[in-house]
Amino acid sequence: MAKITLDDLRHSYMPNPTAEDDWALKQLDVDWEDGGAYALLGPSGCGKTTLLNIISGLLRPSHGRVLFDGKDVTDLPPDQRHIAQVFQFPVVYDTMTVYDNLAFPLRNRGVAEADVDKRVREIAELTDLTETLNVRAAGLTADGKQKISLGRGLVRTDVNVVMFDEPLTVIDPHLKWQLRSKLKELHQRVGVTMIYVTHDQIEALTFADQVVVMNLGEVVQIGTPVDLFERPQHTFVGHFIGSPGMNVMPCEVSGGNAYVNGVRVEAANAHACAADAKGLEIGVRPEFVSFADDGLPVRVTKVSDAGRFQIVDASHDGGSIKLLVAEGDEIPADTAKLKFDSAHTQVYDGGWIVGAKGGAA
Amino acid sequence: MNKTVNQKAWLFVVPVVLLVAFNAIIPLMTVVNYSVQETFGDNTFFWAGVLWFEQVLNSERFHDSLMRQIIFTATILAIEVPLGVAIALTMPRKGVWVPVCLVLMALPLLIPWNVVGAMWNIFALPEIGLLGRMLNGIGFDYNFTRQPEDAWFTLILMDVWHWTSLVVLLSYAGLVSIPDAYYQAAKIDGAGGWAIFRHIQLPKMKRVLTIAILLRFMDSFMIYTEAVVLTGGGPGNSTTLLSIDLVKIALGQFDLGPAAAMSLIYFLIILLVSWVFYTLMMRNEQQ
Repeated sequence: MAKITLDDLRHSYMPNPTAEDDWALKQLDVDWEDGGAYALLGPSGCGKTTLLNIISGLLRPSHGRVLFDGKDVTDLPPDQRHIAQVFQFPVVYDTMTVYDNLAFPLRNRGVAEADVDKRVREIAELTDLTETLNVRAAGLTADGKQKISLGRGLVRTDVNVVMFDEPLTVIDPHLKWQLRSKLKELHQRVGVTMIYVTHDQIEALTFADQVVVMNLGEVVQIGTPVDLFERPQHTFVGHFIGSPGMNVMPCEVSGGNAYVNGVRVEAANAHACAADAKGLEIGVRPEFVSFADDGLPVRVTKVSDAGRFQIVDASHDGGSIKLLVAEGDEIPADTAKLKFDSAHTQVYDGGWIVGAKGGAA
Repeated sequence: MNKTVNQKAWLFVVPVVLLVAFNAIIPLMTVVNYSVQETFGDNTFFWAGVLWFEQVLNSERFHDSLMRQIIFTATILAIEVPLGVAIALTMPRKGVWVPVCLVLMALPLLIPWNVVGAMWNIFALPEIGLLGRMLNGIGFDYNFTRQPEDAWFTLILMDVWHWTSLVVLLSYAGLVSIPDAYYQAAKIDGAGGWAIFRHIQLPKMKRVLTIAILLRFMDSFMIYTEAVVLTGGGPGNSTTLLSIDLVKIALGQFDLGPAAAMSLIYFLIILLVSWVFYTLMMRNEQQ
């Protein structure tokens, strides 16, 4: 077990990166606490897997260091870092039995057979593999194989961190939920640091205590699921997390008040804006927009029923805006006025939240 | 409910039936026909029963060529399969050298068989061939036209040169189909080179290797052109393999009955061995 520190980390797949776009990972300074459950969330191609491979030692970063408990491991190969990784597609040794699969990492390290047996049975119990121990691994279903991969990681007693690279991609939908709860349960029982890479916000938010949102090779926000929802540090986080995503529209700020199309709207951090700032945007989640007697004038263009609530599309002079209305609530037929919940409305400058410039920049 | 029966569908299988008939069934039945009859020319035939089969199976000559054939096939398999796998393992999996290696590997397979035989014949001639001169130059008494061991050595060397590429290409195809994650997982699990080969690469190559071994078994068991051009079965009968012997009986001595019987026995041996081998490999797969 260990605390993982990424110090001034950058990586490029090119030999001589020059332009900003040449970097697959731009600049990372992150601390992962020992025993935490982290999710790395971001769209495809944002550098999640690159980062994971750097932590596991499969890839050497072009710049910066990786520290486990303060010890520099940047140049150590994967097998000496005491990490475990579960891949997107199940990796099992087909010709071996489940038992031999689980024993493989221990036997490679020369552990005595009696200890191997004890440990394998323990882990098999944890991962629900006891009944299939003597079956050939090739005969298992995808979720069984992912459990073997996980078990092979956990079987070593010295494991620092278990990493998951989109481990549920090939799992049937009805088993995804089960396996995810199993992971969560294992995290609580074993207490080892886990890093879970995914582009699925539900997986990330349900698995992790702390979610690291990445975009275009940089970390845009690290926070609890609640943080990400209520106070997105970047408009990208607002868009990417939540369904439907955050509304973002151009605005102006003067005298500590925000204006959209000349109409004053509430915003938590409007007072923090520089008076002459240009290109400001205001962001508010559909959950925090409601109809009111007074506010931003809009025309309702579409209503879609999503079961327990209705998603209303409304248009104003500068674009469109979405809001959620509880099921059964009345929706104005044509023109209406909207009000934003001031505590959950933020002004963004160049994509980043104004005032408390958090996250990595 | 009445099912509509439409016999027109048969028309669609006629082409393939005709093709298979002319291609395989009719020639094979001709051979069967010869194998159970005696003929003295003039197109007159007498029933001979299993006489020819008994004669062939009891003949010293057949035993000798069969034995030579088995030794030849076993030797080239024992060399070509491990060598092919070893070469495939050392070939680059990414980069500019991949196409270069693949083309170099494929070259021997593109040369017509009789040209291969002629090439090696000239190459190995003790007086004028590069190989022959060299071997003699460094002190070996090498002459494949006179010494049986030298003839065997040259024959096997030629086959290895000609056909190892096939094993290489098939094994390579099996190797490159292994996802990177397997190697990464092996690294994390602390597996060494041998463990990676034994538990990842070999199992993943099993299917293609089965095919490679089958193809090499069948082809080498039927080898004719290269061998006949290289040694003509000599010196003496020392490299007279089954097919060479068969041609000698059929076209040299014109003993059509025994030749036909021998063809069928020959065919059944190949069929039986291939079937047993394939069944064993596939049964393993299912367990």
